[in-house]
Amino acid sequence: MKEKDGIPDRDLEKRFQSLSHRLNERRGSEKGDETKRTDVKSGFAGATRMSSEFIAAVLVGAAIGYFLDKFAGSAPWGMIVFLLLGFVAGVLNVLRSSGELADPYSAVWPGEKRAETEDLPAAAPDDDEE
Amino acid sequence: MSNDPIHQFHLQKLIPLEIGGVDISFTNSSLFMAATVAATAGFMIWATSGRGLIPSRAQSVAEIAYEFSSNMLRDAAGSQGMRFFPLVFSLFLFILIGNLWGMFPYFFTVTSHIIVTAALALLVFATVLIAGLSQHGLGFFKLFVPSGVPGWLLPLVVAIEVISFLTRPISHSVRLFANMLAGHITLKVFAGFVVSLSALGVVGVAGSVLPLVMTIALTALEFLVAFLQAYVFAMLTCMYINDAIHPGGH
Repeated sequence: MKEKDGIPDRDLEKRFQSLSHRLNERRGSEKGDETKRTDVKSGFAGATRMSSEFIAAVLVGAAIGYFLDKFAGSAPWGMIVFLLLGFVAGVLNVLRSSGELADPYSAVWPGEKRAETEDLPAAAPDDDEE
Repeated sequence: MSNDPIHQFHLQKLIPLEIGGVDISFTNSSLFMAATVAATAGFMIWATSGRGLIPSRAQSVAEIAYEFSSNMLRDAAGSQGMRFFPLVFSLFLFILIGNLWGMFPYFFTVTSHIIVTAALALLVFATVLIAGLSQHGLGFFKLFVPSGVPGWLLPLVVAIEVISFLTRPISHSVRLFANMLAGHITLKVFAGFVVSLSALGVVGVAGSVLPLVMTIALTALEFLVAFLQAYVFAMLTCMYINDAIHPGGH
């Protein structure tokens, strides 16, 4: 959190720092595993991960569309709509698993300062780049 | 047999059995699943039978395995998640030992069949659904409603989230299956190159050193993948269990 020009408020910065400190403490061991995993992971594993996430979502969308059409007689609209939704869900899956988007399945407990924790994933990559 | 990279995945009926028109033969896959369970359970029982305050070597291994998976689960799902520890620990050990059995030449790799990994992934999926619904009732469906989305966008976002949720068992199972299948095929293909190259005379024998080196390197990589994929599968299980316990966690 070194973006001082963006955030003139010292108080806010302090809160950010304490929050990231607390979160690091809580997720310290997990983060260690995570970085180890990305170091060690072969390119092939990443490729299967991304492609399986994407293809699975398109397949699920197509399956929902197909069965909706079959049982509700709405052909071809169910297929069209759900195939596109499946495509969108696939992109969402890929973005989540590549860490471009905040991962909702990560170990952030709910009910604890939700607004702040949602800021964090966006701020954390900046931290790494600087 | 010698040069067919797919042959290692063929199912063979060891004890043909059929009950009510359903084929429930005991195959080589069943044999290795049984061997995996026997090895896992046998080792854990044997290793923890001493119950020494100062652990023996075997007991240390068992304790490390326990600590590793319990930390993984506690980090991902909190201490409430520890109720699901038996599931996570069994899955982790089953996949790990199944993968490692597959590293022996001429052995069968249980996890290289998608039906096996799909059954494991669906078990996790069903556990998440049942545990989430029984614990939170309809509140479990908050999982599909991200906070801070404008009302008119909600139907679209919920549909996308539901589809994204339904893809989990598929990608969960395909990831493990594809890694094990592809790894074993690559290993076999490169090992086959050694044989076919060395049939070409002196130049071939000299050249076959290259695929041999590659095979050795791939074997090491496969051991890594065996551990890594067991870890990834268990880790994803922990994350999904976290959703069942804390469905509002978006």
